[in-house]
Amino acid sequence: MGLHLIPNNTNINFVAMRKISYCVSAFLLLIGLAALVIGGGPKYGIDFAGGTIAQVKFEQPVTEDAVKQALAGSGLDGLVVQRFGDDGGLSYLVRVSSTEVKTSEIRETVARDLKAAIPDNLADIQRMESVGPKVGEDLRSQAVEAMYFAVLLIAIYISGRFEQRWMVAALMAGALAGGMYLLGLVGIGKGWLVLAATIITLALCWKLKLVYAMGAVVSILHDVFITVGIFALMGKEFDLTIIAALLTILGYSLNDTIIVFDRIRENLRGTTKGLTLVQIINTSINQTLSRTVLTSGTTLFVVGALLVFGGGIIHDFALVMFIGVIVGTLSSIFVASPILLLFGDTVLAQADAEKQAREEAARRERLQSRTGARV
Amino acid sequence: MPLFSRIPYTQAASGAVNTAPETAFAMPARHNGPNRSDWSDWPDWPGRMPDRYGRAKSAPDVTALLSALACYAEEYCMRQGLTWRLILTLLVILTAVVYLLPGTSLVQNSSLKRFLPDARINQGLDLMGGIHLTLGVDVDKAVENSLTQTGQAIRSYAREKNIVVLRPHLLAGETLEFILAKPEQQAEFDELLAKSFPQLVMGSSQPAPDGGLRYTATLRPEDRREMTSMALKQVLTAIRNRIDQFGVAEPDIREQPEVNRIVLQLPGIKDADRAIQIVGQTAHLEFKLVRDDVDPSRASRGLLPPGTEVLQLQGKAGTAPVDIVVNKEALMTGEYISDAAPAMDSQNNQPYVRLSFNSRGAGLFERVTGDNVGKRMAIVLDGKAHSAPVIQQKIGGGVASITGSFTTVEAQDLALVLRAGSLPAPVTILEERTVGPSLGQESIDQGVKAALVGGIAVILFMALYYGLSGLIADLMLILDVLFILAGMAFFGATLTLPGIAGIVLTLGMAVDANVLVFERIREELRAGLTPLAAIRTGFARATVAIMDSNLTTIFAAIVLYQFGTGPIRGFAVTLTLGILASMFTAVFVSHLVYDLWMGPKGRKLSI
Repeated sequence: MGLHLIPNNTNINFVAMRKISYCVSAFLLLIGLAALVIGGGPKYGIDFAGGTIAQVKFEQPVTEDAVKQALAGSGLDGLVVQRFGDDGGLSYLVRVSSTEVKTSEIRETVARDLKAAIPDNLADIQRMESVGPKVGEDLRSQAVEAMYFAVLLIAIYISGRFEQRWMVAALMAGALAGGMYLLGLVGIGKGWLVLAATIITLALCWKLKLVYAMGAVVSILHDVFITVGIFALMGKEFDLTIIAALLTILGYSLNDTIIVFDRIRENLRGTTKGLTLVQIINTSINQTLSRTVLTSGTTLFVVGALLVFGGGIIHDFALVMFIGVIVGTLSSIFVASPILLLFGDTVLAQADAEKQAREEAARRERLQSRTGARV
Repeated sequence: MPLFSRIPYTQAASGAVNTAPETAFAMPARHNGPNRSDWSDWPDWPGRMPDRYGRAKSAPDVTALLSALACYAEEYCMRQGLTWRLILTLLVILTAVVYLLPGTSLVQNSSLKRFLPDARINQGLDLMGGIHLTLGVDVDKAVENSLTQTGQAIRSYAREKNIVVLRPHLLAGETLEFILAKPEQQAEFDELLAKSFPQLVMGSSQPAPDGGLRYTATLRPEDRREMTSMALKQVLTAIRNRIDQFGVAEPDIREQPEVNRIVLQLPGIKDADRAIQIVGQTAHLEFKLVRDDVDPSRASRGLLPPGTEVLQLQGKAGTAPVDIVVNKEALMTGEYISDAAPAMDSQNNQPYVRLSFNSRGAGLFERVTGDNVGKRMAIVLDGKAHSAPVIQQKIGGGVASITGSFTTVEAQDLALVLRAGSLPAPVTILEERTVGPSLGQESIDQGVKAALVGGIAVILFMALYYGLSGLIADLMLILDVLFILAGMAFFGATLTLPGIAGIVLTLGMAVDANVLVFERIREELRAGLTPLAAIRTGFARATVAIMDSNLTTIFAAIVLYQFGTGPIRGFAVTLTLGILASMFTAVFVSHLVYDLWMGPKGRKLSI
């Protein structure tokens, strides 16, 4: 046998810790929210806010102040200079808020001013990106929409797969799509629309007793919001790759949650006599704990490799993934499963009904085969 | 083993508590052949799955049915034994290698190339450098231009029938206004309009102050729609021509009709500004008569004669442009150009562009120059007069030239865009992303380094943690990467920097499927099963979880693909391929390897 990081037969009472974990989650959410509110909403990169960036690489390291000073007199609108990546002050990002000025002019201005102020250290403009305000706006609403559709798709899949209620799930999707369309006609902003739809999705899950879907959706939202909050707290900017990372987190966190749910479902189908739902959930989490830790570990390791060696462009992507994998792993243990407890009766009743029906069917079949044999 | 295993759960005892007896081995016993009479040990048919009210459902639900089908198919395969699975696995690996070989330099130059598929993984802009552009096409302008032209057409059609139409011009709101000089011709004129201009919706005609009849006309909505989509198509064609002539290898040019945008990816381009100039220039060429009888300074006082306008005439290099007054209506436009080429004036070493007209254009040019000998003709490109030479004599032969203060490159590019055709509607640059080749190479190096560090760490860890089984997982990991790359070559997908990140990420996540299986096998071993039984049960149980959990990540990836462009799509593609590959290797291939390793009798398991 190989190594064991997590001892066999752990029996940690995770469910009992749910009050603490809820508090921690709430605290993290509030911090994130505070960071967002104080910062006046999320800080957008040029993908979403519009503007122009130039990535400049020097031959020898330069200080941030030197670059700032060099460009101080350039007269470019809303000029911001940031260090880029961690190559020891070689790379800088110059951001200009206006898109009125042509990229070629910005390129010339930056190159000329840098050359004038820092003459014996050649600066190469490696990357120029310019996004108009209209495109930025479109991308923003597309991004929110994409997140929402991912959540909806997942809610439907889980309801269908875990509770055998494809019809209900499909109806829910249909109703939501229709509702979104109608609200869209009224002319409500995309962001509010998606917010409304998310709330409706949760309410429907609650009302229709789509227990597992509810747990999964809550834990996904939890992960995404906390990740966004922490990311905002670090003063980072949101752009397209961050959305990609968030969507990946969404998939990853769900992956984790489903493994635990799968085990709960399986255990509910086994002998549950004398066991409470709390015990079953605890057992399931403990049984999958080793896998959860291992997979998160390897994933964190490769994400860490990306973070350290991947270079500036995917640095923030890796950072979001890193935060998200941690939060996602914890949430599948501490958030998603305890939510099933809210519906304790439903979960147990479903499982019991299923078991009874199975026995019934088996009995009927035995009967049938016996009578069939006689004929 | 079943892909979607549905073990009779009443027998599945290693469930809630870890005291599984031997009966935990729940899979149907293997039979020698397909001709069996007793099917009772087969997995439960999903039609009998109870619903949440406890009733046995009459109609089987879809997933359960699919799982069951997959389960039976797998069972069937199992009966066919190892050989079959081994052959399938080897075939898949061989196919993957065949698709990967063309991309390696080893094969590029050998005769083997002929026998291999023409598949290659393209590098994205962020890796090889290049430009990504989103152009907004001003289709409203195209509609306005077309309406203006329609106005001219109405006038000339009417003239053929001796009907005088005055001052056709455009009002706000895409409305065309023109005046019928003699109201008594109304019936005749209306008939002409209805017959020759069915696309116009006529407003009610009203008496004009100077005794004529004032008409207003707008476009029918369906015609307008068609016109805008035509304009977009024409812009697309013109831009494609220009790019082709500019010589970009493998450009990607698409339209987004619903928002009137065009998205271009031009890999390998170094001079961004020049490429943008070539793509974005409207290149609307007009020849206009200069009104030297009007003083340009009158324009500032608003005293220009009707039908004239002020343009800036570009001076020689280093001098300021001067104002000239020209007739608004062009003598001729660039639509008759058959060829354009850069040339060099031998007298002053000044580059210029030589134009050739087609036969119709040549005739027209001869006529307008003949009519205006001694006057000046301004050559106007996109609203700027480049030169205004005096017409010395009638110019035949269909050749003209555009001189001005061009550099050689500018003359070349101007010739190119004139040759490729002007854009029927102006475009604006909405989004521009340029990556230099140096950054691309850096990105590749960094991505590969991250992949190596992450990959090697995971491989070492797995071997250390799971022993020989860990080595099997490592083998699967290598196969995963092979399959991802082969899949990309097969689909002609583009490798981007986030795509590399996706591969790296998959390395971490692909282990998941293996870990699930291994942990399950360990559990079953602890429950007291023999290695053979533990492997069988472990795979069967873990498969359900693997399927369920991985599908959701694929959902996220699909949404991502739908939403993203360029680099992000690359990420979605590698992520999806990675998950599919890891499901295949972890569920099918690694099970095969175990069966080969264990033999029919089983042996001690290193896990």
